[in-house]
Amino acid sequence: MQSIQPTTAPEILETAQALRWQVGGNLHEQLVESIYTEAARIADRATVRPDEKTRFDLDRAIDRLVTSRLWGFPLMLLLFTLVFWITISGANIPSGWLAWLLMDTIHPILKAGAAAISMPWWLDGLLIDGVYLATAWVVSVMLPPMAIFFPLFTLLEDFGYLPRVAFNLDNLFKKSGAHGKQSLSLMMGFGCNAAGVIATRIIDSPRERLIAILTNNFALCNGRWPTQILVASLFIGALVPAYLGGIISALAVVGVATLGVLMTFVVSWGLSRTWLRGEVSTFSLELPPYRPPRVWQTIYTSLIDRTIFVLWRAILFAAPAGAVIWLVANLTIGGTSIAEYLINFLNPVGFLIGLNGVILLAYIVAIPANEIVIPTVLMLTVLTAGISELGISAGMMFEAGEGETLALLNAGGWTLLTAVNLMLFSLLHNPCSTTLYTIYKETGSAKWAAVSALLPLGVGFAVTFVVAQVWRLVWLIF
Amino acid sequence: MKQPNRHPSTACETCPVHSAANLLKLGVNMADWDYVVALAGNPNTGKSTVFNALTGLRQHTGNWPGKTVARAEGGFLFNDHRYKLVDLPGTYSLLAASLDEEIARDFILFGRPDVTVVVVDATRLERNLNLVLQVLEITDRAVVCLNLIDEAERRHIQVDERRLARDLGVPVAPTAARYSRGLPELLGIIDGVASGKTVCRPYHFQPESPELEQAIARLVAKIERAFPGLPNARWVALRLLDGDERLEEAVRQGELGKLQPQRDGNIESQRASAEGHRV
Repeated sequence: MQSIQPTTAPEILETAQALRWQVGGNLHEQLVESIYTEAARIADRATVRPDEKTRFDLDRAIDRLVTSRLWGFPLMLLLFTLVFWITISGANIPSGWLAWLLMDTIHPILKAGAAAISMPWWLDGLLIDGVYLATAWVVSVMLPPMAIFFPLFTLLEDFGYLPRVAFNLDNLFKKSGAHGKQSLSLMMGFGCNAAGVIATRIIDSPRERLIAILTNNFALCNGRWPTQILVASLFIGALVPAYLGGIISALAVVGVATLGVLMTFVVSWGLSRTWLRGEVSTFSLELPPYRPPRVWQTIYTSLIDRTIFVLWRAILFAAPAGAVIWLVANLTIGGTSIAEYLINFLNPVGFLIGLNGVILLAYIVAIPANEIVIPTVLMLTVLTAGISELGISAGMMFEAGEGETLALLNAGGWTLLTAVNLMLFSLLHNPCSTTLYTIYKETGSAKWAAVSALLPLGVGFAVTFVVAQVWRLVWLIF
Repeated sequence: MKQPNRHPSTACETCPVHSAANLLKLGVNMADWDYVVALAGNPNTGKSTVFNALTGLRQHTGNWPGKTVARAEGGFLFNDHRYKLVDLPGTYSLLAASLDEEIARDFILFGRPDVTVVVVDATRLERNLNLVLQVLEITDRAVVCLNLIDEAERRHIQVDERRLARDLGVPVAPTAARYSRGLPELLGIIDGVASGKTVCRPYHFQPESPELEQAIARLVAKIERAFPGLPNARWVALRLLDGDERLEEAVRQGELGKLQPQRDGNIESQRASAEGHRV
């Protein structure tokens, strides 16, 4: 048989295999590079663009700076730190106003109104202390940072900076075996993970798209920014003199966000070497020309499209959650509330990972929306720490200035470790139910939805566990 | 199946304006055909506009990168030749692993169209030429449709199409498909390449290292012995050296040789097979 055919298919493949080692591993890059160079040369020879020269040069100059190997990353971190610093220091004052309006003013009026029509105590508690206060808390905590952060972020986007970030990150994504366009879905994830998951549609290869979907949760979403900002300014910013507090808190938040990006690379790398093995696609990313951002239009549309939209969603989830919190705190079995049972049950696990049962229960209650974690934590702490001097009844969302909040959390047994691990756990835990549902719809598989919930949760438990043990060990020695 | 070429007897008949009158849009009515023409190109270059203008169909044109991977085929009659036109998914490259690119690549490779028309955006020539150069590695019978010259003119970008044709080694037809400008000339050029009157000598990748050149030569010799008459043995060799699993499979199954006579490049079945080969 061999003699009939001069060359057989296996022979060709064997030869190719043998020769592949001789020509070296970078053939693919060599090919792509040669094509790009040649395309540029031919296009340049055939094209004349007379009057675009000056604008083109300015764009080039900016690009050389923001995508440079040396300055690209420092500039990126600087810019994002600046954005968060403006957000953190700018959000305090309007947050105070809103808290005063919604909780110090409207809440007593509602209570008085309920008393006037002699509403039963349980209905009054459920509706006003549960539903209303949960919603008011979310609005006063979330609205100011969102109303500052989103327009700033959209301005950067409008200016044309985001594609440059993608360009900078592309090489790292490639090294971790993922698609460079994942940097764009990551950027979307910083707003909302559900939107980030949908944005992965721009990635054509199913393998790389799955990696992008499974790791999108490591992009800190806006439901978690308030938690980070609040905990950072209460515990981390308090470690330094007051005038440095804002910038140190901002750096801490940027640090956590950067850790999230780092986790994206690590987990992508791990997935592309185990579960989702395969080749990396090459792609061309168009860097659009820089445009002067349309400031007022951007502020207007980002307020309407993003801020109000996200806030509405948060309110929608906070209202029923407020009712649930009030119920578990007030329904008792044998003299002990359901919440206390649950917290006592979760406490040992919480201790292992440097948190406590209150925080874990809050994360279970907050599965529909990460936004309500902090309000839930505060309310449950009041319950278990048995603080009466603040004049708060069990299961009631309450108003608190920064000092009061800090005093309350300290009374609940919080330390710097609790704060650090809460920030870490807020970054590394399961995505909210909306995102999970989106993942299920996009992948069409319950398995991948489950993986995307359990994977970050596993990472979160591991990281907080290690941090807690090391922290306590160091404490023991010194 | 092929009908004898008409020999133009007068100057009038060689004029493109005369040829334009010869265009008969056949829509989806394609009983049999003389030539298959593939339309490739980056997304957003007006590929579907060209397709619609030639076939008289109304293929939906979308702007979102990616998700519509639907087949579009239509026919037209030109210069007494019946043509089948296949609109391929818009892609930036033919090298990478995405489904769209695989469909486009497989059609040009295994479907063996008589002519591959690469529609390029005259205002973004450099990026578009990446794809052109990759197509030229696979097939010699290619035509560049330099589209959107109206936009280029508005932005004062001048493209020297003769220079471009000389550098690429294939004919270049400037068009503004939205206004049907340049389409008669494009048809004439397609007809010339399809009937073999125009012979292309496209630009090919020149390896820098002598080892690579040697490796390609050795592999090409073996491939040509196994699949005589294969027009792109050099490219197949390059892909095998790069470890392209789809092509290894094609060599193993003998698809490269077998597909030669097969004319019905059903893009749907190829899509299915492309999916079957995915990791």
